Amino acid sequence: MAKVLMKGNEAVGKAAIEAGCRYFFGYPITPQSEVPEYLSSELPKVGGVFVQAESEVAAINMVYGAAGAGARVLTSSSSPGIALKQEGIGYISNAGLPAVIINMMRGGPGLGTIQPGQADYNMAVKGGANGDYHDIVLAPASVQEAVDMVMEAFDLADFYGTPVLILADGLIGQMMEPVEFNYVCKKELPPKTWALTGKGDGEKHMVENLVIEAAECEAWNKRNFEKYAKIEANEQAWEDYLMDDAEYAFVSYGTSSRIVRTAIGYLREAGFKVGMIRPKTLWPFPVKAFDKWDKNIKKYMDVEMSMGQMVQDVAYACNDKNKIEFYGRTGGIVPAVDEIVEFGKKVMGGDK
Amino acid sequence: MAVIFQKTKALTDVKLHYCPGCAHGIVHRLVAEVLVEMDEDKNAIAAVPVGCAVFANKYFNFDAIQCAHGRAPATATGIKRVHPDKLVITYQGDGDLASIGTAEIVHAAARGEKISTVFINNGIYGMTGGQMAPTTLPGMKATTAKAGRDPKINGNPIRISEMLATLDGPAYIERVSVSTPAQVTQAKKAIKKAFEIQKQGLGFTFVEVVSTCPTNWGLTPVKAMEFVREKMIPYYPLGVYKDITAGEGK
Repeated sequence: MAKVLMKGNEAVGKAAIEAGCRYFFGYPITPQSEVPEYLSSELPKVGGVFVQAESEVAAINMVYGAAGAGARVLTSSSSPGIALKQEGIGYISNAGLPAVIINMMRGGPGLGTIQPGQADYNMAVKGGANGDYHDIVLAPASVQEAVDMVMEAFDLADFYGTPVLILADGLIGQMMEPVEFNYVCKKELPPKTWALTGKGDGEKHMVENLVIEAAECEAWNKRNFEKYAKIEANEQAWEDYLMDDAEYAFVSYGTSSRIVRTAIGYLREAGFKVGMIRPKTLWPFPVKAFDKWDKNIKKYMDVEMSMGQMVQDVAYACNDKNKIEFYGRTGGIVPAVDEIVEFGKKVMGGDK
Repeated sequence: MAVIFQKTKALTDVKLHYCPGCAHGIVHRLVAEVLVEMDEDKNAIAAVPVGCAVFANKYFNFDAIQCAHGRAPATATGIKRVHPDKLVITYQGDGDLASIGTAEIVHAAARGEKISTVFINNGIYGMTGGQMAPTTLPGMKATTAKAGRDPKINGNPIRISEMLATLDGPAYIERVSVSTPAQVTQAKKAIKKAFEIQKQGLGFTFVEVVSTCPTNWGLTPVKAMEFVREKMIPYYPLGVYKDITAGEGK
């Protein structure tokens, strides 16, 4: 397929259709409203269904039903809307159902702002609903990567039986870049024999959420955590950028990693041996990247559009909280290249 | 030997946990019997609530999903949109449907979602132990309104069937009860009609069942049925509130 120029929000909608998703339930919110707008016109053309729900809460519970019914299903929103969806995300996670949820983050907390942000890291990665659970969290840094990740997300969701969150931001949703839709599934996906389809002449299907006996509930949790251990072992993904000779490493994801990449160019020109570990999966966090490079690295420089929500995971991954310096902007401010160059020079010992 | 009565095959053999005199057992059986009579138990998918009926999925011998509190109409919407040929039912109590889930039921009805809702209205929170419900009658005692519901302090009850009947989306709305054998017969007819209208694809259908909670009302099963007839039904009158198959609604 030839490359086409698409806006991020429309491209993720098309990616879902290309991945075989035929059901979208959502609610308008800036800066992601082009996702429901696009799918409201495109899904019916391929025999799909678009429903504008009465609320974010209803939308995610429609997703729960459609996922339970065995369909590939998508919802999307932005930060305050995702906060509203947390109850439903917890139910879908507990039931072990596949679903894809896109968050085009904006500045928070509360109603916050409509400009891009990355302050939903904790809500996505640490779990925003009640109970012990994890969801796979993918963090694209370009429109093309958002497309690839949305398509892969449906496979990961079906393969493991879990929601997959796409944690992007308003900048990726709003900008236009050339994209192609070439992702090919590499996993053998199990048939959905558990799906609610009516029992026909067989046994009835049940999607359950209440496990009232404590011992059974604990056993249920432990089964989920066996699944999470497999995901942690198999699905960590990251990009090593100019890491081979690096003595210092930025750690940054999504939109902020794009600015870091440019800053690294200037810092390299100035003689600094600096690279970047760019997490592509935020859960599971790419601990393996730090195992690979840690012996070479004097300092990690964590750059985010938040007040430092990823720092604890970097500290865990490198096993040395004193090895991390943080620079962040928040509340809808996207950092400038100069700020990151200055931060890098300060950490790495001034001008060369 | 001829069998003149047997338990419906659309209920499992799991022992019901409901209290003596609770209407859930009767209504479960009516739903199951209607599905078997329509030969739809093979095609049925139920969205069950949070509340006393949370285990209905274990009692129904057909597909079911346990929903978040109040969200069954949204979850059922997701199921029905994926499987438009299946019979999709929500089974909900008054706390679930008329309090925490009002948005979901109103909008499923307004969309004319082709699902059927069975609404158990007994004017109290059962599973959590007798707190005030949106449908608790004025003067009726609850653990969160110990002197009895005072509309000046606790607000007023909601008549859901009447409210939903103002919308264009519903095809059929009837309020029934199960406090007498005649009412049980009428309730079964209403449930069957609701499911048949869904099969015809005509719109949203809704059957409210004015029900009992002897345990939290502090009444014997017999007295609880009398309370339904003497106190509940005068506030929640039985009858058809909307029926597009009859030409025009009441």
